Amino acid sequence: MIDIGEILLNLWQSSGFNAIFANFAGSGWQNLVMLVIACVLLYLGIVKKFEPLLLVGIAFGCLLSNLPLGGLYHQELWDAFMDPSSPAYHSFGEVMREGGLLDIFYIGVKTSLYPCLIFMGVGAMTDFGPLLSNPKSLLLGAAAQLGVFMAFFFAIPLGFTGPEAASIGIIGGADGPTAIFLTTRLAPHLLGAIAVAAYSYMALIPLIQPPIMNLLTSAKDRKIKMVQTRVVSKTEKIIFPILVVIFVALLLPDTAPLIGCLMLGNLFKETGCTDRLSDTAQNALMNIVTILLSTSVGATMVGSTFLTASTLKIVLLGVIAFGLSTAGGLLGGNVMCKLTGGKVNPLIRRSHGCPCFQRGRPEEQPLQLPADARHGPQRGRCHRLRHCRRLPAQRLWLRDAKIPA
Amino acid sequence: MLLTSSLENIGILDAAIVAILGYVVVFFGLILLMAVVVLLGKFFIARSKNPQPKAAEKPAAPAAPAAPAAPAAPVQAPLAPGTAGQLKLYDTNPKIAAMIMAIVANKMGKPLNELRFISIKEVK
Repeated sequence: MIDIGEILLNLWQSSGFNAIFANFAGSGWQNLVMLVIACVLLYLGIVKKFEPLLLVGIAFGCLLSNLPLGGLYHQELWDAFMDPSSPAYHSFGEVMREGGLLDIFYIGVKTSLYPCLIFMGVGAMTDFGPLLSNPKSLLLGAAAQLGVFMAFFFAIPLGFTGPEAASIGIIGGADGPTAIFLTTRLAPHLLGAIAVAAYSYMALIPLIQPPIMNLLTSAKDRKIKMVQTRVVSKTEKIIFPILVVIFVALLLPDTAPLIGCLMLGNLFKETGCTDRLSDTAQNALMNIVTILLSTSVGATMVGSTFLTASTLKIVLLGVIAFGLSTAGGLLGGNVMCKLTGGKVNPLIRRSHGCPCFQRGRPEEQPLQLPADARHGPQRGRCHRLRHCRRLPAQRLWLRDAKIPA
Repeated sequence: MLLTSSLENIGILDAAIVAILGYVVVFFGLILLMAVVVLLGKFFIARSKNPQPKAAEKPAAPAAPAAPAAPAAPVQAPLAPGTAGQLKLYDTNPKIAAMIMAIVANKMGKPLNELRFISIKEVK
């Protein structure tokens, strides 16, 4: 005779509900809190349209990895992967053998494959013509790194080690793939918190930056119209990525994977004879990697590692990094504005490094940067890449049209 | 990575020094890159001012290509400062190109004179 009671009991005991409530004081409450956080992130992505292309994937990855007994992601496997005393130390074979679906996705993060492929797509979408016509804008980029180093400095007294502080500081670089690339190398245990902080603040750019812009620039300076200094030839645009990758990779060999992929993507775009590759890098490849990257980064938001005081500190330091980077760029812009006798709009670099994944809300752009500033040759990557994705007409605009002076 | 291992447990004073040095290094690296870009630009500006005779003769020799040249403007005429440059058409009829530009401007909600079209190519 079948014991229905026992079957039902077994069914209950093998369910995730039991795993949560039977161990509620242990990890159960953490799972519940993380599920709520995942739902809030989904709400922000879907309803509020905050970086939906990334946030939806991150939130869903978080949701999946915090469902007990799902076996999609194993934090303990990656802890062993990082433990030199463990037999699974740096063993991708062990991950393939024992891991779940999200563990296998995560290998691409751990090997820095995804950030590099994302950079290839970014390179294929970027027009370096404005930079080549006015190389001084590089200095504004340097000034806008102020927040990176200030956040690094502030992180040390808060109890972070040097590599952890550096990983936190890079949030101020406002570039998700770079943050992920650096964090996987320096402080992989902080990846979830740093990635979420970085992408969340990028989503909140329209809220964070305008007050700082208003504070540090005058209305007169914001209306400065910039002119394109010269027309950049096709040959110059082809030589530029080759020259940059040689120069930068020799100067800073650690950056070779990222800068190499960025410039390879740009070379695809500029050569004129690799249009198919450029198109793939900009669209299909970028979308596929975005799916894999976002879900696997979200999967690292496991309650036991995410719900700590460190996460709160990272969130706080992240906003400091973002704000100070904005301020640094604006101060650099003001200096250049004065030095050039009012020819440089100080807002021009304000949106430095903001995400290539756009919100699809073009009506927000005027909030971020006045039209006068956008007419200049030094438009931030964000502005060059807005609408970069879906509609053929928008792609046509990206490839073949520019807003001139 | 060798550098970061020595930063594992640094004090606040060391952190300040590292932060300042790091910021200086970023400026230094980007100034170097800027110098390279400036040199590259100067080379190409000088090259465009003194076009090689061979380059000037080349378009004249093969008159066969069926693709219509975009505008009937003088080939080597220097561009005015701030100009939008010349539009290159590849296998595209000028009338169709004009229509495409008008459609793009309309879709973007921008006046046509604020857009710069570099090239239009028929995708086959």
